[in-house]
Amino acid sequence: MYIIADIFSSEAVSEALDILKNDIPKAAWETFYVTALASLFSLILGLPLGVLLVTGSKGGIRPLPAPIMRILDVIINILRSIPFLILMIMVFPLTRLIAGSVVGTVPSIVPLVIAAFPFVARLVESSLREVDPEIIETAQSMGASPWKIVTRVMIPECMPSLISNFTIAVTTILSYTAMSGIIGGGGLGKIAINYGYYRYKHLVMIFAVIILVLMVQIIQTAGTFAAKKIDKRTRH
Amino acid sequence: MIEIKNLSKTFVTPDNTVEALKNINLSVNDGEIYGIIGMSGAGKSTLVRCINMLEKPTSGTVIVNGVDLGSLSDRELRKERSKITMIFQGFNLLMQRNCLKNICFPLEIAGVKKAEAKKRAEELLEIVGLPDKAKNYPAQLSGGQQQRIAIARALATEPKVLLCDEATSALDPNTTAQILDLIRDINKRLGITVIVITHQMSVVESICERVAIMDNGEVAEEGKVSEIFSHPKSLVAKRLVFPDSAETAELAGDEKLIRIIFNGHNSSARPLIAEMALKEGITANICYASTKTISGDLYGNMIIGIPNDEETVKRAMAFLKEENVTAEEV
Ligand SMILES: Nc1ncnc2c1ncn2[C@@H]1O[C@H](COP(=O)(O)OP(=O)(O)O)[C@@H](O)[C@H]1O
Ligand SMILES: [Mg+2]
Repeated sequence: MYIIADIFSSEAVSEALDILKNDIPKAAWETFYVTALASLFSLILGLPLGVLLVTGSKGGIRPLPAPIMRILDVIINILRSIPFLILMIMVFPLTRLIAGSVVGTVPSIVPLVIAAFPFVARLVESSLREVDPEIIETAQSMGASPWKIVTRVMIPECMPSLISNFTIAVTTILSYTAMSGIIGGGGLGKIAINYGYYRYKHLVMIFAVIILVLMVQIIQTAGTFAAKKIDKRTRH
Repeated sequence: MIEIKNLSKTFVTPDNTVEALKNINLSVNDGEIYGIIGMSGAGKSTLVRCINMLEKPTSGTVIVNGVDLGSLSDRELRKERSKITMIFQGFNLLMQRNCLKNICFPLEIAGVKKAEAKKRAEELLEIVGLPDKAKNYPAQLSGGQQQRIAIARALATEPKVLLCDEATSALDPNTTAQILDLIRDINKRLGITVIVITHQMSVVESICERVAIMDNGEVAEEGKVSEIFSHPKSLVAKRLVFPDSAETAELAGDEKLIRIIFNGHNSSARPLIAEMALKEGITANICYASTKTISGDLYGNMIIGIPNDEETVKRAMAFLKEENVTAEEV
């Protein structure tokens, strides 16, 4: 039986503060760079895929054969429906191929990207669909090529929405990094699991979680602010 | 010169087939302002979208300045499109770009150097009367101002043809008049051929030389605006020229209705009616009148009701003919 008093006993607190000083900064940094890199790679893969989902669809600016679009759709849906914990294990071979190992902080980036890029593609798709079709048609009427329509019209016009949606993706990736602690990925998730779950040091777990929550808050606030800031559809 | 030959467009959707255009033949001369008018759903937008091949015709040809647009590759067509630009009811400006950059947009596509594009955009802002709005974003502008920016943008690539699809339909009458003035001015100054699509007769009347009246995917009537305005033949034309007469006919009761059309040969409607009463002893009831005086001459139409007997009607018609107005029984 662990009661609140035990968790906050002076012994537990001083021990937790020690761990906090020694381990947490490194763990927070790991969480930060894993999230940043996984987000970046997910964007690199997800953005073009999301664009393709819109431009390649029937009535899009560069329609692709329907079977191809269907296959893309199914693959994305499958990747998105596999629980992350299972996906991590399923992509071991790929992880080993890319990162040389399946355990550790850097290797944990691989499953994160595999899990997140289909999600990013969907978010990009939904943002791009917000662009008024008439504006796209206007660009076509001026002789814009599909590439220019994507880069000069569609993406810039929905940039505020892309930023909001990408913020959601980043916060989701951040929460996934915590899970990758289970297979040896570093970071705050690992601290929380190792100390809190395996060694019953709940205070450490609470600290780790608080820092995760703060990180999500900061990312979300920054994302919302940026999306608002760059949007020129308001009168002032 | 724009030549449209045997143009047809059929939309096939899973649940039905729409013949939006049926064998259209039209030609528009260089430098003219040509109107295409029709009720909503008549096929006007489809026609104008076929002119720049935003919509591929099902059959028929569109020849602009001697080039058969249907025969071009995608790349060639894109190049040709910079010579046939378009403005829309919804303005369709890029909302995340300021006005100057909106005007630069077609130049960017055409590969014009940045500094050169900026210079041209500034000139165009001047032409459309908004030199101080360069740094403003579209959301900060009124509808009329946004349409001016859209016009400037359409002119950036020095087009030969400007297509206006309901370009004033979202604007109030005052702003409409100003935008039409601007279009007329551009047509005169730059010699650009303009095609004006509208459902409002007043728009055609104020700037077009010739007009095609579209109904149900076909050209119901085509010719000089003054001609069609004074002698509409088809039912659609009559309905567009005299939008209120149908309701007037309902109100008529047992009177005989006569439509009088003023073509600028008279100076006022009142003496005409008074004179008919004095000379012919026919008292007329004015059921409807839509007339205006342009530099002292009267234009427009009026519907009067007179006693419904053959002899009176005959005398009234003879009198009106004498008076140099067009009269017809409704
Ligand atoms: N992409 C499309 N698919 C199916 N039907 C269409 C399409 N575009 C237009 N139509 C149909 O063609 C007809 C003419 O439309 P449109 O040219 O927009 O008329 P207008 O501009 O005169 O109001 C309408 O019946 C409309 O429903
Ligand atoms: Mg229309």
